Amino acid sequence: MERLKTTLCGIELDNPVIAASGTFGYGYEFAELYDINILGSFSFKGTTKDPRYGNPTPRIAECASGMINSVGLQNPGVDKVIEEELPKLKKCFHKPVMANISGFSAEEYEYVAERLNAEDQIGWFEVNISCPNVHGGGMGFGTDPHMAAEVTKRVRKVTNKPVIMKLTPNVTDITEIAKACEAEGADGISLINTIMAMRIDLRTGRPVLRNGTGGLSGPAVFPVALRMVWQTAKAVSIPIVGLGGISSAEDVIEMMMAGASAVEVGACNLTEPFICKRIIEELPEKLDKYGIKNIRDIIGSAL
Amino acid sequence: MKESIFEILNNTEIADNVYRLDLKGDVSEIVRPGQFINIALEGFFLRRPISVSNVYRGGFDNAGPESGQGVVTVLYKVAGKGTEYLSGLKDGMLNVLTGLGNGFDISKAGSRPLLIGGGIGSAPMHMLAAELIKKGAAPTAVLGFRGSREVILEAELNKLGVRTVIATMDGSKGIKGTAADALKGIDHTYFYACGPMPMLNSIRKVLEGDGEYSFEERMGCGFGACVGCSMETKNGVKRVCKDGPVFSGKEIIWKD
Ligand SMILES: Cc1cc2nc3c(=O)[nH]c(=O)nc-3n(C[C@H](O)[C@H](O)[C@H](O)COP(=O)(O)OP(=O)(O)OC[C@H]3O[C@@H](n4cnc5c(N)ncnc54)[C@H](O)[C@@H]3O)c2cc1C
Ligand SMILES: Cc1cc2nc3c(=O)[nH]c(=O)nc-3n(C[C@H](O)[C@H](O)[C@H](O)COP(=O)(O)O)c2cc1C
Ligand code: FES
Repeated sequence: MERLKTTLCGIELDNPVIAASGTFGYGYEFAELYDINILGSFSFKGTTKDPRYGNPTPRIAECASGMINSVGLQNPGVDKVIEEELPKLKKCFHKPVMANISGFSAEEYEYVAERLNAEDQIGWFEVNISCPNVHGGGMGFGTDPHMAAEVTKRVRKVTNKPVIMKLTPNVTDITEIAKACEAEGADGISLINTIMAMRIDLRTGRPVLRNGTGGLSGPAVFPVALRMVWQTAKAVSIPIVGLGGISSAEDVIEMMMAGASAVEVGACNLTEPFICKRIIEELPEKLDKYGIKNIRDIIGSAL
Repeated sequence: MKESIFEILNNTEIADNVYRLDLKGDVSEIVRPGQFINIALEGFFLRRPISVSNVYRGGFDNAGPESGQGVVTVLYKVAGKGTEYLSGLKDGMLNVLTGLGNGFDISKAGSRPLLIGGGIGSAPMHMLAAELIKKGAAPTAVLGFRGSREVILEAELNKLGVRTVIATMDGSKGIKGTAADALKGIDHTYFYACGPMPMLNSIRKVLEGDGEYSFEERMGCGFGACVGCSMETKNGVKRVCKDGPVFSGKEIIWKD
């Protein structure tokens, strides 16, 4: 459908809905439920150089309209992703996919990007410099403009595919980080990752999450994400992928009005596995409701 | 896995703080005992995972098994805000994911399987016993509770013809002691266990032979997408929701 089309860093998407990293695995759990080729795209589980178990359990907690996770980048490592996961992914998804990568040093980001660069199906790199879960790693890069710039530069050097830097909201001024990434040649910015949060079990007096803290996501964070997308859109001229709490077609429209060229849906995939399909199906009707001809016309209307 | 809408037929307290919930809807994905369903509750972001206690294909009104329609029964304990909210629902509809988890492997049972339940962990033993009997096995069940007011499923298992041993901590019913105390010396070909972690850890020290254990973990999705529920096993990292919740005793790494 022409009116849902949008473009992300030179690649056309059938619609702006992308499933977010860490909530969609490598696609095949969802491919058992519906044809995932209806998606604009999806971002696969954050991949690191070495295999990672992540944090000890319990690593999921609940709060009003959201959840807090401390999964901590569990993944089989880039070699296994290439050998085992991508061939399976290829069977159920035939569009360009987003490769979400992470690292614990700038060299690791570069290494993972270089290893994945030869994979044809990867359309974009989404570089997670924001995961709040990993001690000494993710958090640092995304909160310091110099380190964010360094990672951008390293990844940029080893690939010609579009590089989208995924930012953490756990900073004082997100536009400063976005501008540092843009200056080093980032093709796009995605935001937000999860917001650092916690819960305490009243019965034990101890944190619910074994890790103590985790990252908040789900509808609770939508207004915060929207505000940050809007601020970032004013500060940079590269395209933005907006995410954080999206749960409906109307949220998609609102996020695009704030300046996003495309959106991602994360936590809601976990509680409502058909959410992306429903949003895509409902979009035309909602465009009609608000008198919008083509979805691309509204990008940044609120700026 | 399937997402569908179920009708609440009955939701009543059957033991201290324990409710029986009968849900009418599409049960076609519930194929093995030990599987669970994930229930969406209004006002709560995450679904609540609850084991299938039994399934009645065709339903109480005999809609016919071909239609996929039937009734699934779950037994749940009020443990927090979500289950408390659930216990207040007397009718209406619930959005439920069915067909989750691997379930127990009944092909391994042999002729005299032993079923061990701890508290509300006894719930899946109803469907398990029924399936084992259908297969021609003669199961024995050992169910442990804190006191007589918590006992569940005794009548149902007796009705199926299962030899059922009840143990209570306070001795108010059956043998005084834990399930681990009560199962000593019971001859069996294989075992199936479900209950809280400390209980599983104590029975495994007295159980002989092979068997399987059902585990719990906090879940983000319940169908394998978020890896929130990981568990390290001798065969690598597994997801409790998708690769489990039932694991062979041989692959479990016990902590002490
Ligand atoms: C595979 C599986 C099968 C289960 N089967 C049953 C059953 O048959 N009967 C029964 O009474 N209970 C069962 N449980 C436990 C049940 O899921 C929890 O008691 C319930 O989720 C508590 O919700 P709450 O809102 O009342 O508690 P709260 O403590 O308010 O819940 C907060 C969050 O923690 C989660 N949570 C709390 N306790 C547990 C727990 N023990 N296991 C997993 N998540 C938890 C909740 O789902 C929720 O996301 C099962 C759990 C799993 C994982
Ligand atoms: C269980 C879980 C795992 C996640 N794993 C990753 C990850 O590996 N890499 C990443 O960049 N973001 C990860 N995220 C963050 C999401 O992609 C997303 O940025 C965030 O949850 C906000 O969107 P939402 O509110 O729609 O979930 C994860 C989120 C959740 C809930
Ligand atoms: S709960 Fe999401 S993978 Fe198990």
